Formats: sequence, C-alpha cells, structure tokens
Amino acid sequence: MTHKLVVDCSTGVTTEVELTAEEIAQAEADAAAFAVAEAERIAAEEAKAAAKAAAEAKLAALGLTAEEIAALSK
Amino acid sequence: MATTYEAIATVTVGSGGAASIEFTSIPATYTDLKIVYSARNNRVDTTDHILIGFNGGTTSITNRQLYGFATSVGSITSVPRSVGYVNSASATTNTFSNAEVYIPNYTSSNYKSYSADNVDENNTSGDNGLWLTAGLWSSTSAITSISLTSNIGTAFVQYSTATLYGIKNS
Repeated sequence: MTHKLVVDCSTGVTTEVELTAEEIAQAEADAAAFAVAEAERIAAEEAKAAAKAAAEAKLAALGLTAEEIAALSK
Repeated sequence: MATTYEAIATVTVGSGGAASIEFTSIPATYTDLKIVYSARNNRVDTTDHILIGFNGGTTSITNRQLYGFATSVGSITSVPRSVGYVNSASATTNTFSNAEVYIPNYTSSNYKSYSADNVDENNTSGDNGLWLTAGLWSSTSAITSISLTSNIGTAFVQYSTATLYGIKNS
C-alpha cells in the first residue's frame, strides 16, 4: 500500500496521497519495534503463567486441594 | 442552545485500502477533539496496533496502556503511539475494531494529553482485547493534523472509517 487518505478539514475534501520515503521508513521502523515489544509482552505473560503454575504445583505437593489453592488468589 | 459537539470530517476507506488516514487543517475553533473509528487492516494475524501521530510527526509521544484479554490483564508502555488494537485479516470475517480517542485542549501551548478506549472484535475466547490508553504528546504546538496508521499491517481495509469531532465548552 503506497498511499494514504488525507482529509482537509477546512474543505472536507479527501484525497489519496502517495507515501513519502520518510513515511515508509517510519512504518518499517514501527513494525520492527512492535515485533520486539510484542515478544517481550508475550514472554512476560508466559513467565507469569509459568510461575503461577509452579507455585500451584508446590502448594499441591504440600497437600492443599485445588479449591484451597484457588481460594488463595481470591 | 449552542452546538458544542460537531462532526468536522469523516473518511471511509475505499476498495483499494489505505496505508493511513490523516485529518489535516484542523480548525482551532474548538476546545477538544475526539476521533471515533471503526477499523480493520490487512496484517496476517488477528490483531495489530493502531498508531497515532500529530502534525505530521511521530516523535515525543508516550503512553501507558492497560489491556485485558480473555485470559490475562496487564499494562505496557512499549508501543508508544498505540491507541489500541485494530482487527486484522485473521480475525472473524467482517469484524472491525472500535475506539474513541479524546484529545482535550488541543490548541494549548502545554503538552497534549489524550486518552483512548478501544476494543477489537473477534468471535473467539482467546484472542480479543480491550485497551485503555493514557497518552502524551510532549509538544507545545497546537494540533493541526492527526494521523492514524497501522503498526504491522500495511493498509486499512475497505469500510474502515474514522470521524473527527470538535467539542466546544460553550
């Protein structure tokens, strides 16, 4: 996609405008940065879930029931 | 009674799609601005972020976003121009994300804050989200143009639409 829609609010006219090289470069940089950020977010979520599962397993090994473990987080 | 809430302009993406939507020459005659959009893009995934820009630039924008998915909640600052998710190509067919972006005091000589309330619509139990965004554009310039762009996707698809409203305090 090489064009954007530009709405001139003073006239109400919408035009298709070609993206500049700068805008294309910015889009590519945004995409690269997002990939890193999203990977970090997913890794954090997975680490959090893994820690929770590990904690629950340890509590179960101590003899707590599933209901008792669930009650701890309420 | 004075009219205090007016639609300044609306744009709907045509069959060819559009890389971004930009409102330019925004009049300085209101106190606040609000953008309401319904959007979907062409990223090969269920969702993407939608990014905001001011006055033709993309710098000096920061945010804190609270999100809730089907199975998790959290907050991030890592996508600084994001105003939330946009439905992408793998989301339920013909579903669009919806959001409101509110920008108070857009002509102020102080830094500009904004907030956004966003949902991406997807008929699934595991991949849909709600986003609340508090953002800041660290610029003393009055806002005269606003852009909305996809993060990974290269185009908003047909029937994506955005309306810019002007709000007066009297």
